[in-house]
Amino acid sequence: MKSITPPSNNKGLYIGVLFRNQYDNDICTWSPQGRIHQIEYALEAVKQGSAAVGLRSKTHAILLVLKRSSGDLSSYQKKIIKIDDHIGIAIAGLTSDARVLSNFMRTQAMRSKMLFNRPLPVYRIVSAIGDKAQTNTQHYGGRPYGVGLLIVGYDEKGPHLYEFAPSGNFFEYYAMSIGARSQSAKTYLEKHYESFADATLDELVRHGLHALRDTLQQDKEIDTQNCSVGVVGEDQKFETIEGDRLQRYLDLLDGGDTGQGGETVESMDTE
Amino acid sequence: MDMNSFLPIQVPWTPQTATSAPKQAPSFFPYADNAGTVAAISGTDFAVLAADTRQSAGGNYLINTRYQPKMFKLSNGSVFGTSGFYGDATTFLNRINQRLEWYRHAHDKEMSTPALAQLISILLYSRRFFPYYVRVLLGGLDLEGRGVVYGYDSIGSYEACLSRAVGSGGKMIQPFLDNQIERKTQTGILRAPLTLDKTKTIMRDAFTSAAERDIYTGDYVEIFTITAQGVNVEKFDLRKD
Amino acid sequence: MEWNFDPFSNNSFNHYGNNPINASHSAGGIIQRTQSPKVWGGTTLGVVYQDGVMLAADTLGSWGQLARYRKEERLYPVGNFTAIAYAGDMSDFQYTKHMLDSLMIKEYYINDDHVLSTPHVYEYLSRVMYHRRTKMDPLWNTFIVGGYNNGERFLGYVDLLGTTYQSSAISTGLGAYYAQPILRKAVEGREGLLTEAEAIELLNSCMRVLFYRDCKVINSIQRAKVTAAGVEITEPYSVSSEWGFGEGVRGFGSQKQ
Repeated sequence: MKSITPPSNNKGLYIGVLFRNQYDNDICTWSPQGRIHQIEYALEAVKQGSAAVGLRSKTHAILLVLKRSSGDLSSYQKKIIKIDDHIGIAIAGLTSDARVLSNFMRTQAMRSKMLFNRPLPVYRIVSAIGDKAQTNTQHYGGRPYGVGLLIVGYDEKGPHLYEFAPSGNFFEYYAMSIGARSQSAKTYLEKHYESFADATLDELVRHGLHALRDTLQQDKEIDTQNCSVGVVGEDQKFETIEGDRLQRYLDLLDGGDTGQGGETVESMDTE
Repeated sequence: MDMNSFLPIQVPWTPQTATSAPKQAPSFFPYADNAGTVAAISGTDFAVLAADTRQSAGGNYLINTRYQPKMFKLSNGSVFGTSGFYGDATTFLNRINQRLEWYRHAHDKEMSTPALAQLISILLYSRRFFPYYVRVLLGGLDLEGRGVVYGYDSIGSYEACLSRAVGSGGKMIQPFLDNQIERKTQTGILRAPLTLDKTKTIMRDAFTSAAERDIYTGDYVEIFTITAQGVNVEKFDLRKD
Repeated sequence: MEWNFDPFSNNSFNHYGNNPINASHSAGGIIQRTQSPKVWGGTTLGVVYQDGVMLAADTLGSWGQLARYRKEERLYPVGNFTAIAYAGDMSDFQYTKHMLDSLMIKEYYINDDHVLSTPHVYEYLSRVMYHRRTKMDPLWNTFIVGGYNNGERFLGYVDLLGTTYQSSAISTGLGAYYAQPILRKAVEGREGLLTEAEAIELLNSCMRVLFYRDCKVINSIQRAKVTAAGVEITEPYSVSSEWGFGEGVRGFGSQKQ
């Protein structure tokens, strides 16, 4: 019998490096195709998170998120974070990275109030985290944020919705979705977005819930437990609507199971 | 305690100091006294705070403006009032509001008035050796819904009290409140608790009287009433000379 | 807390005893902050009226008792709808102008259509002034900030200590004694009624009084007005004055006939 090859011979590792990817070990190395793989992996991390949807009308901008719990014994992970009275975010990806970013955004918003007595314009807070994220993609030893954000806000120029990605990119949208199976939500939004501008808040939430519902797995439904809505608008400070207060909006949904009481698969009292 | 004891010693101008010794430019003095009066009374289930709205360049016999509020409703439903140096007051107010906002972000609820009272003490003490030249009063409801009023010195020592008056007219109003609210110097004491209306009347009379004697108190008085229903503000005229 | 601010004392023209000849200088390598101003601009006035706000100042920069700079413009626009007037140290003001210009340029280049309105500029200036006083390194100035934004008039004061207030009539320097009563009488309660012509006449007459009474005011003044149309600052001009022999002058003071 041949003796077992000791691991120190390094052949396995060598083959691994050779046949997988030589250009994704750090953030400072380009691939010959002109890509930085680490950034793309970070973008993949966003798709691991449950979906978040954002849309806006002429008067409001709203966020809707699907929350996960790690099991029946745990609570649902919070996915909407208030930044200031006029700004809120929804997250998909690494929650702890989002906490760092939201902390930074809150500081920026407060700084603006302290220094200028002015609510920070939404674009500026988004470009601030964009710059911060870009820095993480250009310094050796760094790692990009593993979280994507939808940012809604209301300032002197009206309601805004932005998407922020770990690459440092950010765009303004009429409507957008990020996270797991967000393509389904995007399809819904693309079909209906022209009617959003003049929609009432109720209509906007209904559209959002429909889009969010499309991201669900086959046997799941949205209910008051696994869903949150964030609203900001004209004369309306940013506010998160969840729990029983959400029922009114879930009742607006047409067709399908609206997930009342203990009918859903994920409901706590079914087991 | 006399506020001035916390401040660097200033040699007052006299004909002697002006003519004797070679003339030297006085160094920069970082405080001003913008004067004005703030008073507070706590009741069974309410608190009443009042402040005049005149801002003066203290010691200068100048009225800066007839309306610059020195009492503010805080986001948690308490009311904060201060007389003294207005630059310190606005900065101090901003710091309180920032701390309240972080508290709200962290705990998803409003800070209670007694907790805020402690926070204000700490913030004042953080500048123990370069004090905020402010006389602070804080009023609100405690966790049981009773009216509470806290009085401070400028470096952070504080106590809960039934009534307190500070600022340029404080020395005139305090004995009146001692008599009417705390019934300390009354003969034939009536023990019935004060109603909200009676308390507001006492407060208004106190300011009308102080405005008669104190040149730095006047123009308008704003009366803040804090009950379980929220904060209510009323504004009344005072003499404007 | 008592230190000398008495305008009728020997120091009446100079609250801080800051004749540059007597100013203290750094010694022993210790950094000496601005402890007293050098070139000094005196009185500024500001009122609100029907269409916006109006500021006025003379154009003198004094060096001690010397009328050193006679064309020192003390009114300055900040953006399109804000104007500031300064009293106090000229170099500190020039620094402040530079600082505000940089700020407005930085804001402009963000290119998101948001502009700093007057209350925002005022808050920023107040924070800077308070910050510098807390460092014991003050900008030795008194500012009147006037503006007109979205139909709102704004007139505010901020000084080297970071003291702030807003009022419908503000004056600094000896104007606080001589002009302020005249301004208040004309403006208080009539903010929405005072016409532009009345406001100009009011400021001119106050500047005339100051020219007569304050030895550090010269008869070369400027006005700034901020309205919905923007900021407009006049060229320096003079007001009429009478310096003839008083023999025939009647109706002044207690003299009735």
